[in-house]
Amino acid sequence: MIQTTPVQVMDGADVRRAIRRIAHEICERHHGAEHLVLVGIHTRGVPIAEEIARAISEFEDTHVPVGELDVGFYRDDLDHRPTTRLGRTLLPVDVTEETVILVDDVLYTGRTIRAALDAISDLGRPATVELAVLIDRGHRQLPIRADFVGKNLPTSIEERVTVRVENVDKEQGVWIERPRS
Amino acid sequence: MKHLLSMSDLDRAAIEELLDLADHFAEVLDRDIPKVPAMRGATVATLFFETSTRTRLSFEKAAKALSADLLNFTPSTSSLSKGESLKDTVLTVQAMGVDLMVVRHGAVGAPARVASWVDCSVVNAGDGAHQHPTQALLDALTIRRRFGKLDGLRIAIVGDIRNSRVARSNIDAFTTLGASVTLVAPPTLLPFHVDSYPVATTADLDSILGDLDVVYMLRVQLERGSGPVLPSLPEYVSRFGLDRRRFLQLGKEAVVMHPGPMNRGIEIAPDVADDPRSLITDQVSNGVATRMAVLFRLLKGKGQL
Repeated sequence: MIQTTPVQVMDGADVRRAIRRIAHEICERHHGAEHLVLVGIHTRGVPIAEEIARAISEFEDTHVPVGELDVGFYRDDLDHRPTTRLGRTLLPVDVTEETVILVDDVLYTGRTIRAALDAISDLGRPATVELAVLIDRGHRQLPIRADFVGKNLPTSIEERVTVRVENVDKEQGVWIERPRS
Repeated sequence: MKHLLSMSDLDRAAIEELLDLADHFAEVLDRDIPKVPAMRGATVATLFFETSTRTRLSFEKAAKALSADLLNFTPSTSSLSKGESLKDTVLTVQAMGVDLMVVRHGAVGAPARVASWVDCSVVNAGDGAHQHPTQALLDALTIRRRFGKLDGLRIAIVGDIRNSRVARSNIDAFTTLGASVTLVAPPTLLPFHVDSYPVATTADLDSILGDLDVVYMLRVQLERGSGPVLPSLPEYVSRFGLDRRRFLQLGKEAVVMHPGPMNRGIEIAPDVADDPRSLITDQVSNGVATRMAVLFRLLKGKGQL
């Protein structure tokens, strides 16, 4: 498939604003930031979760713990895809009876989140699990939705969405690639 | 990679990839629920035609921690005792629906023969005096977790090298990962053609103790023929046994390893085996994570890279 040049749909500042808005929405819904644990899904969910926590600490007088989750061993497509580089799984606090907010860059089929839900329930029993994503591009294959969305980005299945974040990629923004027909 | 039959199947990058994967599984094994669904639906069979305690339990624990199903074959209670051949036995096991066989056998090359007969993956869990690759991987992992890397480490393997599949596999693994290896044994227990190995040799353990990072003791394998070539066991113990006196000559950071089962009081003194600088129990627990890595790598993530 021949790809056209990627079109940028969010620049670095747009991503920063979206993350700050998500941080505000989280605090609004939970009347503050008590009993919250942000859990970033490898790879790019982790720096986004850290950014959300940093934003919350600016306007709420509290530090929200940030965990990391690699869902590689929980995927349902291990027979079809290569084992990619695995990240570490590390929760700084016991998540039992806490509100866990899973954080990922792009919500697409929902299968990564399904794997993350299984992984989290092996690590503890949170009171609630919610989902925050930078991009929701649609095309769900499972009954999963996000509670906090940076940007809804209608796409076709042939398109490819790329998120880059400062801490991983040295640049920040969201790009969309359309196949040439 | 479909089978793991010998350490020579693995180059440095492949070994390091397996050790990295094993580190992830070690984290899984530390959890309250030490189990992941990565191999749900896969069936692993263990076929041990030779006795084993830790290797067999370790593979079984690894398969279960990956949520695989397990079939367990024991020769003494099987139709082998009615004269069924090795080939018919493994083809029967395969026909049950097996994705991977873990094979230990007294005959060199038996797991490779099995691999040529069956369609599923085969892991060599020890064949005669030839190879025991998962032991070498777990030993490399144990050393890497202690020292960070193997590059530049000085490792002595002491004892019955000639009859030891552990020694053969470990020489491959340690030297591939950049360590320098010295074999310490009486000449009768060194392998034939030892000149072609990338190692140094000596019969004088005391002369090198102060320079070592790792001293790896091998079991005196009376059942595999160490006996006839040893004129006297007490003399062997006095020259090659790791007792308290020799232990105290090691550097402060140096560690002691042994693949088990130990002959306490022969190749290793009981108090040395139980010293905090003995990694023998670490070897056992790292064995489970290592075997999880091997099973996972052979069966999963086979899509296009």
